[in-house]
Amino acid sequence: MGTEPLFEKGEEIMSFFEILTIIIPSTLLTAAPLIFTSLGGMFSERSGIVNIGLEGLMAVGAFAAAVSTLGLEHSGLGDASPWIAILIAGAVGGLFSLIHAVVSISFRADQTVSGVALNFLAAGLTIFLVKLIFDGKGQTPYITHNIDKVDIPGLAKIPFLGPLFFQQVAYTSYIAILIAILCWFIVYKTPFGLRLRSVGEHPAAADTLGISVIKMRYIGVLLSGVLGGIGGAVYLVTITSNYNVTTIAGQGFLALAALVFGKWHPIGAMGASLFFGFAQALSITSQQIPYLDRLPSVFMLIAPYVLTLIVLTGFVGRAEAPKADGVPYIKGQR
Amino acid sequence: MSNLLKKVNWMTLLIPVISVILGLLCGAVIMLVIGYNPVLAYQSIVESIFLQPYYGGETIRAMIPLVLAGLAVAFSFRTGLFNIGVEGQLMVGWLASVACAISLGHLPKILLLPLSIVAGGAAGALWGFIPGFLKARFKVHEVISTIMMNYIALYTTAYLIKNFLYTEGERTPTIPSAASLASPFLANLTQGSRLHWGIIVAIIAVFAMWFLLWKTTKGYELRSVGFSPDASNYAGMSVARNIMLSLTISGIFAGLAGAMEGLGTYQYMTISSAFTGIGFNGIAVALLGLNTPIGVLLAGALFSGLQNGGLTMQANAGVPVELVNIIIALIIFFVGSSYAIKWALSRFSRKGKK
Repeated sequence: MGTEPLFEKGEEIMSFFEILTIIIPSTLLTAAPLIFTSLGGMFSERSGIVNIGLEGLMAVGAFAAAVSTLGLEHSGLGDASPWIAILIAGAVGGLFSLIHAVVSISFRADQTVSGVALNFLAAGLTIFLVKLIFDGKGQTPYITHNIDKVDIPGLAKIPFLGPLFFQQVAYTSYIAILIAILCWFIVYKTPFGLRLRSVGEHPAAADTLGISVIKMRYIGVLLSGVLGGIGGAVYLVTITSNYNVTTIAGQGFLALAALVFGKWHPIGAMGASLFFGFAQALSITSQQIPYLDRLPSVFMLIAPYVLTLIVLTGFVGRAEAPKADGVPYIKGQR
Repeated sequence: MSNLLKKVNWMTLLIPVISVILGLLCGAVIMLVIGYNPVLAYQSIVESIFLQPYYGGETIRAMIPLVLAGLAVAFSFRTGLFNIGVEGQLMVGWLASVACAISLGHLPKILLLPLSIVAGGAAGALWGFIPGFLKARFKVHEVISTIMMNYIALYTTAYLIKNFLYTEGERTPTIPSAASLASPFLANLTQGSRLHWGIIVAIIAVFAMWFLLWKTTKGYELRSVGFSPDASNYAGMSVARNIMLSLTISGIFAGLAGAMEGLGTYQYMTISSAFTGIGFNGIAVALLGLNTPIGVLLAGALFSGLQNGGLTMQANAGVPVELVNIIIALIIFFVGSSYAIKWALSRFSRKGKK
């Protein structure tokens, strides 16, 4: 102790800045899939349908993105392939989420049960299809056109801010943040958003005012599928580049945690996703950072989950789920 | 006997049977569409389990943790709680049992084996108690908190193994034979399967759940809280205490499932980046088994049979083993949609009467 040379003042500031230029872009990268997916969960839960199936929706999205990027690359679409693949994955995720919608809204199944089954189905179905498409192999080939980290033209040249926020980042991260703001506008500033929230808080009252509870809930779940699919796709085309059993290991549940940590609010979910992305980035890069390298990375890994538990206990402002979240709506029942 | 039969609601019993049949039918349709032979596929599953001792043994071996996980989920369901945290409780139970076996390796078998099993159960109990406490004290929904606890368990166990119990091959050392449940007798009987004495623990657990819930006052309270928390509260039962107790006991079953893997099947624990899947399968088993001990046993047998037989299905009929997971997922959907099935049945029976 005490024998290690201390940093010079100037050197310390310099290296701290360098650390930030590693961590912030890495945070933005890992947060983007979480932002999309937690926003998806927000639409579903705001309409009153619990969605434990986010993990499965991400898996289906990632699978669809892998297969369609490979296909589009093959037909010569080049750099556009991953972008089109993200849209395809959104559509596939939406279709897949309809299973959850039918079973939990129309058949009135327990929503948690249906969500668990959705995760099961996604895990089985995607690997089953991968084996069918790629001759019995358990994983897809790597895509060659992924969405790379780039320096954003113009903005990257801004002194100080440029290296922090606009160098070595993927466009998807900025799109995710814009979509979060758009979602906030939709949920809080439009008639559609008001209807969605009313159906999740007090479906019977909404029904008497002529709002179709069933329709709104279907839309909520469908949006969660689309955004969850996009989240999975973004994870694939920016981070993993191929699909196998372990691709979406827990990202969907992490997005669910972000939704709860963000108190079911679009901007909150985005902030929580960024924070969880930061924790993930720190757990990966902490070994290169002075002082932090002595802290076991396990603390960074479990931080999102522990913090979510603490938020739920109400020590830092109570997180309340929409009132009718998880309760099937049966007309005429009080 | 006739009295007993009258109490059974046939409709309720019919739902899981119909769900299984529908699930298997859907699986067959998928195989037909793709161009596999469903008869050959299902035949190879049945034949391997019942005619090949190795696969039979492996099926019973896989049943041990699956039934315990199913009991864990079913027990909490009886108190109206959804324990999705079996995965995490299983992992801490697994690690605790292996750690206990290794660190107290000098003890004789008569002490070490029971102690290691208890250690697994105790660790699971702790991991179940925390969400129970959070629910009872702070009204934190157990579905969310148990999911969070799963990931905390996943990363913490990996960290602990890496730093305190590490050996070559990304795993803990092998446990001393004094803590082992493995049995050369059972292995020989089943042509080298990993079947172990944990089956006795699983059977005792099935009996214990039945006895606890239906033959004790505490069990009556637990079920009563599950039926109606308000009425139970009015009758003077402590809802908070029963919630904590239910998730703790549920955690014991899950921890024991982990101990069975640690002391029986593998004899060590590997550093894992993903869950075993046994806990999530346990949810399926509990639902299909209608949250009854016997039902869990039967559903556990069905699912582990499908999963182990699925391996021969892949070899003989060329169908990827993942089809089994698809079928299991569909069965959960069907059991979950019992409202729709009941509605359809009543529709059909009405038409029949006309």
